Order: sequence, then C-alpha cells, then structure tokens
Amino acid sequence: MTVSPFFKYLFRFVALAYLLVLLIVPVGLILWRTFDPGDGSWYAGFENFFTSISTPAAVSALQLSLLIVAIVVPLNVLFGVPTALVLARNKFRGKSALQAVIDLPFAVSPVVVGVSLILLWGSAGALGFFENDLGIKVIYAFPGLVLASIFVTVPFVIREVEPVLHELGTDQEEAAATLGSQWWQTFWRITLPSIRWGLTYGIVLTIARTLGEYGAVIMVSSNLPGQSQTLTLLVSGRYDSGNEYGAYAVSTLLMGVAVIVLIAQVILDAGRARAAK
Amino acid sequence: MTAVIDPNPEATRPGSDDVRPGRRGLLRGNRYGSTSLRVGVASIWLSVIVLLPLAAILWQSAGGGWEAFYRAVTSRSAVESFKVTLTISLGVAIVNLFFGLLVAWVLTRDEFPGKRLVDAVIDLPFALPTIVASLVMLALYGPNSPVGIHVQHTKWGVGIALLFVTLPFVVRSVQPVLLELDRETEEAAASLGANNWTIFKSVILPALLPSLLSGAGLAFSRAIGEYGSVVLIGGAIPGKTEVASQAIRNAIETDDRTGAAAISIVLLVFSFAVLFVLRFVGSRAAKREELAP
Amino acid sequence: MSNNVKSRWLPAAAVAVTATLLAACGGGSSDVAGGGGGPAAATTLTVVAYAVPQPGWDKIIPAFAATPEGKGVAVTASYGASGDQSRGVVDGKPADLVNFSVEPDVTRLVKADKVAKDWNADATKGIPFGSVVSLVVRKGNPKHIKDWDDLLQPGLEVVTPNPLSSGSAKWNLLAPYAAKSNGGQDPAAGLDFINKLVTEHVKTRPASGKDATTVFLQGSGDVLISYENEAINTERQGNPVEHINPPQTFKIENPVAVVTSSAHLEQANALKNFLYTPAGQKLWAEAGFRPVDPAVAADFAKDFPTPQKLWTIVDLGGWSAVDPALFDKDNGSITKIYKAATG
Repeated sequence: MTVSPFFKYLFRFVALAYLLVLLIVPVGLILWRTFDPGDGSWYAGFENFFTSISTPAAVSALQLSLLIVAIVVPLNVLFGVPTALVLARNKFRGKSALQAVIDLPFAVSPVVVGVSLILLWGSAGALGFFENDLGIKVIYAFPGLVLASIFVTVPFVIREVEPVLHELGTDQEEAAATLGSQWWQTFWRITLPSIRWGLTYGIVLTIARTLGEYGAVIMVSSNLPGQSQTLTLLVSGRYDSGNEYGAYAVSTLLMGVAVIVLIAQVILDAGRARAAK
Repeated sequence: MTAVIDPNPEATRPGSDDVRPGRRGLLRGNRYGSTSLRVGVASIWLSVIVLLPLAAILWQSAGGGWEAFYRAVTSRSAVESFKVTLTISLGVAIVNLFFGLLVAWVLTRDEFPGKRLVDAVIDLPFALPTIVASLVMLALYGPNSPVGIHVQHTKWGVGIALLFVTLPFVVRSVQPVLLELDRETEEAAASLGANNWTIFKSVILPALLPSLLSGAGLAFSRAIGEYGSVVLIGGAIPGKTEVASQAIRNAIETDDRTGAAAISIVLLVFSFAVLFVLRFVGSRAAKREELAP
Repeated sequence: MSNNVKSRWLPAAAVAVTATLLAACGGGSSDVAGGGGGPAAATTLTVVAYAVPQPGWDKIIPAFAATPEGKGVAVTASYGASGDQSRGVVDGKPADLVNFSVEPDVTRLVKADKVAKDWNADATKGIPFGSVVSLVVRKGNPKHIKDWDDLLQPGLEVVTPNPLSSGSAKWNLLAPYAAKSNGGQDPAAGLDFINKLVTEHVKTRPASGKDATTVFLQGSGDVLISYENEAINTERQGNPVEHINPPQTFKIENPVAVVTSSAHLEQANALKNFLYTPAGQKLWAEAGFRPVDPAVAADFAKDFPTPQKLWTIVDLGGWSAVDPALFDKDNGSITKIYKAATG
C-alpha cells in the first residue's frame, strides 16, 4: 500500500522524534556531562574522563568484570554448543521441557535471580552447608557473581546457535561420517566453522549482558570497592556516595562497550547474510 | 534483525523438522557420543544453573506453609507493589506497541538517509546496562534536568525508564514479519478500491497481530521484572513508585526471606503466564501459516 | 582453512593480551581520582559501616595510615543501612571492623559469635563518637519548623528511613518518643505522637539514613529527620538546606567493634584504638560527629550546641529493653505503627 506523502512524512517525523527523545537525547546528555569540562577546553573533558575511570577502584572494577566475562563465556560455549546440537539434531523425551527451561532466564527478574541464589547458596539457604561446613563461600564472594552472570546469559549462545544448526541440516556432517571422519574431527572442521557467525553473535550478546548485569549482582556481591565491585556496581556506588561525575564517566565507558556491541552486531549480521547466500 | 531471541524458534520455521527417515539410524547416537549423554549433560548444566536456584525459591516459600505464603503475598507492601508494577508495565507495553509498530513501519517501508544507523541504534537499550539506563533517564528527567522536566519519584519517571528498556521488543518483533509481508494482497485490495485504512486494518494488521502481541508480551514481561533502570529514578515510594522487584529486594534485606520468595513467585508466575501465552499464540500462528495456501 | 583459523583466533588473542595487560595494572580500593600509585599494602582491613560516616572515615583512613601501627595497612570501607549491613556480616559479608548506627546491630553479631561478648566492657563502652537527632529543612525554613509538634502540621511531609533496615530510623523515632513520653514514663503519649507522625506525614520509605538524605535532596518532603552529622555534611556540600536541633532531642551513640573472625586482629584493634586517640577524636569532630573525648569536645563546643534536654538510651532502659519492645520485627510497638502506615 502506498501512503500519501503527508502521512509518510508524519510517520517518519513521529517515529524519529520518539527515538530522539527516548534514546538519543538522554544518551547524548550523559556524553555531554562526561566530556564537557565547563571551561570550554574539550581536551580537559577527556582528561577528566580518563582520570575518573583510572582510579584504583575503577581499574579493579574493570578487572573484576573482565574476569567474570572470561569465565562465563567459555562455560556458556562449552555447555551451550552441545545443548544446541542436541536440540537441533535430536528428538527425545522432554525436549520441549528443555526448550522451556532455556527460555526461563528471559522471564526472571534480575532481583529474583539474586534472591534465588541467596536462598540456595546463602548460609541460611538450601545448600547452606557448602558455606557452613565446607567453607565454600558463594554469596558475598566471587562464585556468586559468576553464577548470577551465567544464569542470565544461558540462553544466548544456545538460542543463536540452534537455528543455524537447524537450517544447516546434516548433509555435510553425514558426508564426513561416511568418509570416515571421527566425531571430533567433524565437529572441529565442519560443524564449528559453519556455526561461527551464530556462535560469535551469541558470545557478543553474552559479553554485553555479563558486563551490564546489575540487579542480580548487587544482591550477591559484598560491594566492596577494589574487591567485589563490578563496573555496574561502581556506577551505582559512585552515584550513591555523591560522585555523580564519576558515575557518568563509568556509564560512558559502559556505553562505549554497548556501542561496540552494536557495531559487532551489524558486522555479524552482514557476515551471516553473506554466508547465507 | 538482531538481538531479540525468538522464544520459539521452531514456530517461525514451519515445515522444518529433523526427522529424515532413513538417514537417522546411521547417525544418531554415535556421531558426537550418545544422545542420552548429551541430553544428560545439558540437563545437569541447566538444572544447576537455572532450575536449582528457582527451586530454592519454592523451597523457601513452602517452608513457612501456605499461610505464611498467603500472608506475605497479600501484605500491603506486596499488593501495592504489584499494583504499581502491573499498571505501569501495562501502560508501557501499550505505548511501545503503538510506537514500536510505527518505528518498525518507518524502518521497513520508508527510505531516508541514515536509516541503517537508526536501525542499529534501536538495539541500544538491549546492550546498555540497566543502571546506566537509569542514570541516563535521571540526567534528563531528574532534578538537574536541562529541560526542566522533573519526574523523579513519580510514576512517569518509572514509566519513561521502562519505555526506554522495552523499546526494542516490539520493533524487533514486528520488523521481520513486516519485511516478509506479501505486498500482493495489499495491491489486490487496493485495486479493488479499498482505501489505506481498510487495507491496513484488514490485510496488514491481522498478519502482524501475532508478532505485535509477541513483542508487547515480551516488553510487558521485561517491564514487570525490571530493577536496575528504575532504581534511581523511581525512589521506591510505596504505593506510588515502588515496583515489585524493589519490594523483593527490600524484603530480602530486612531478612524477610519468605516474603521475598513469595513475591518472587508471583512475579515469576506472571512472566511465565505471559510467555506461555506467547508461545501458544506463536505456534498457533505458525500452524496457520503452514496451512495457508 | 588455516586462514580462517587465524582470522578467527586473532581477535580472541588480541582480547586475551589486552586482558592480561589490564590485569597487570594496579587496582585498589581508593576511588579518589589520581589516587593511584602508592606502595602496595601488606594488609587490607575491611570496615563495614552504617550509611553516613563516610566523611569521618575518609579523614581517619589516611591519618591512620600515617601512624606507625597503620603503616602498610589499607582500609576498604563499605557503607549501607545499619541493619542490612549487620545482617550481611552475619550472612558472611567480609569484615574486620564494624561501625554500626545502633548497638543492637552489634549485639546481633555477638549472638552470631562474630564479635566478642565484652566488646563494650571497657571504659570506652565501644562508642568512639556520636551525634544528636536533628531536623533538616529547606533553606530559609519556609515551614517554620522549630520543634516536634511542628512536624504534625497538616500537609507536611516528613522523610525518615525504614526502621527495619536503618539505624538512623530508630534514633529518629526514639527522639520524639522520648520527648513526648517524658523519657518513657508515658509510653502511650509517645506512641500516640509516633502514630500521628508516621501515619499522616511519612510517605516514602528509604532504606538508610543516606538514602533518606538523597530522597530529601531530590525534592521529596519538607523535613528530613537525620543525624546532626549528616545535616552538617549535607550543608557543607553546598546543598540548600539548614538544620535545627529541637529543644528536646536524643543522644546518638554509634558503636565500633572488632570482628573476632578477622584475619588481621592486631591491625583491626589498632584502627579501633586510633579512633579514641585525641588525633582520631579531632578528625571525627572535624567531620561533624560529636566526639566522646571531653577535651576535644570542649574545643569544638561551638560546633555542637548543647540541647535543652538531651534524652539518652539509658533513660529509656537501655537497648536491651528498648529494641525488643519498640523495634522488634514483628511485635515492636513502633515497628507495628510503621508497617501499618507504609505497608
């Protein structure tokens, strides 16, 4: 259907205005507040920014966040790819139940994630003996942060790899099998390369989500600057103690990460489209 | 065409299946180790990470008996937080339904310089940490607002923050369907003399309805559980801006573990119900597509 | 195929290298811009504190590091609602020293075997500093608030935190209670006032004293009940507020205790003792807290006016009587009023 020019411009204007007001202006404001030093010299703004994100507490937060990513991503790939394989290639009893469980993290509020971990692993929780008798601290310690991050990122790799496997079919793998290839050879040389776009996409989403997780980690972390503060906890910690500029600075850093994620998505989309042809 | 994860991938792939008679026997089982081993590993992984913690919530709330659960869920703070959460989330889902459709329409049916950029930017709320979204909203709509809009501690503040984080859901849900829409039917209707509104109402909207509902449902489900983006701008005023997730956090911090568990379960039930309905609608729509000529 | 492998692993390798480089850079607990590059500390003490003493600790920590006992000791401090922090430590939050708002939050740790039973048996009674309950109003005092009765003006909104999580909240409600009940002799009158105050004038429910200040500064409410030290520091930050000490108010005493499970008992005790030295006391006074050392208090007398009538927790029977009676989670008289009013 062809829309009259009036409506065409009206729709365009309203849609863009909505996006401008809701997305662009607030984000732009943060960037402005971060980089505008108020005395006219743009160079000083960048200096303030860098000083603010290189305090010892900020560096520790960055290290902690990256460490969590370094653990969460491999685990998700290690367990996610076989899960996607079994979902795409096999029929078995309970398959739809498994599908539903994989989608669960999307339906769970981050605060509920934190609560569930506290109720499970906390010293008064169902598995409290881990902490009380075995001395393995989960809540208020590093494992808690990792478990919270894995919970919320479980679906990403699986959900990005599974459709790709679905569409690929098993032709190439079958051919390799008849030619005598072992399962790990087939996996490494045929399956893995063919899912690399989906897998990378899933990894990018996992990284973005892990770095950005807030609601779950604020409940399971002891939130000590320099020890157990992730980047997102640093933002809220700085805001709470009145260091608003510092909060803006770290937010800008995280926004930079988000922009990189968006760029990666665009590149990967293009790569997928090319590969599909 | 990016980050929204379709909750039911098989629904949009009608006709695909992994049962190809004859070949299966040769391959199933031995290629990557037995199926049951892989299913077992996947199940254990998902159980430890996802199911066990959720079960702990059930365990905690059941521990006090039905009476304690009921009392916690009907306490004033719980009920007020539910009211606030549900009303604001519903409003947000509806607003984003309209604007999401509009944005998706403009992105698929219109051409203008910079469209690709706009398309990429839509996913920003997905990629942004929620606490950053909260700070972003606060900068513009809080006490230091450069445009003089001060909606912190009000329902509008919470609403705007939720609009921000749920923006992409409807857009990304509707966009692919709109792209693949068969223009022939529209052209046929136009040639039969139907005006634009009729075409939209009778041809386009019905085709978009499942994806619209799906997107709105995802937006709603996300909004009712949202915490990070409302925590700075909302102010947690009981009965006015305290959302369910804040009530849960408050409960667990004041050691009311059963209360926290109980409110969590209600929240989960709402989310699951919405997603279950979505899955149902989605597979119904997929079946209809399959049967369509 | 090998090209593929290379191009796939290259970005991963780049990330790994960057990560390693980053890991080598020093992290630490100081969040002061440009405050990096000191010698790495041999010991790190963790202080888990209530919400508002950061101005004091920010002065104490560097001063302690300059003492012989404090050499090579870094201190990380965590601030939050007193009750929540106390429960956190019981649940396993790491702590070497605790500084809470009210004594019951330390008693909880004694019951959990994390603090020695005799933590307050010595002459210091475990209290290195304190304050009084104060009323914070907008600059110019537009509502003409002078005393507790003024809080019951129709339409006036009062900001005070949640007594279930905050220590500040308990002090804030004990002050009018003591004033109206004449030191606990007429509990009904006291509770009646609290009832009117909370039911009709308290609309928000901030979790801690600091959150209450934030909510007030962001525009909600007409009067904030808070610590005098918090009022002083808020004013020093340039916010458009002023504070009034009502004629009858309450003596706030904030305890500090060493956690017995600490791995650094010697240093923790050294830090605790530093708080009582004249140097330490002077720093607390400079940060707006009323010192307990009489000599230092005399030096700062003009900053801390003496109220007409200063009620203390002893007048009401001590925390062991007051806390269960008024603030018990389920049966405390004031808790019940608060829960009925705010849900």
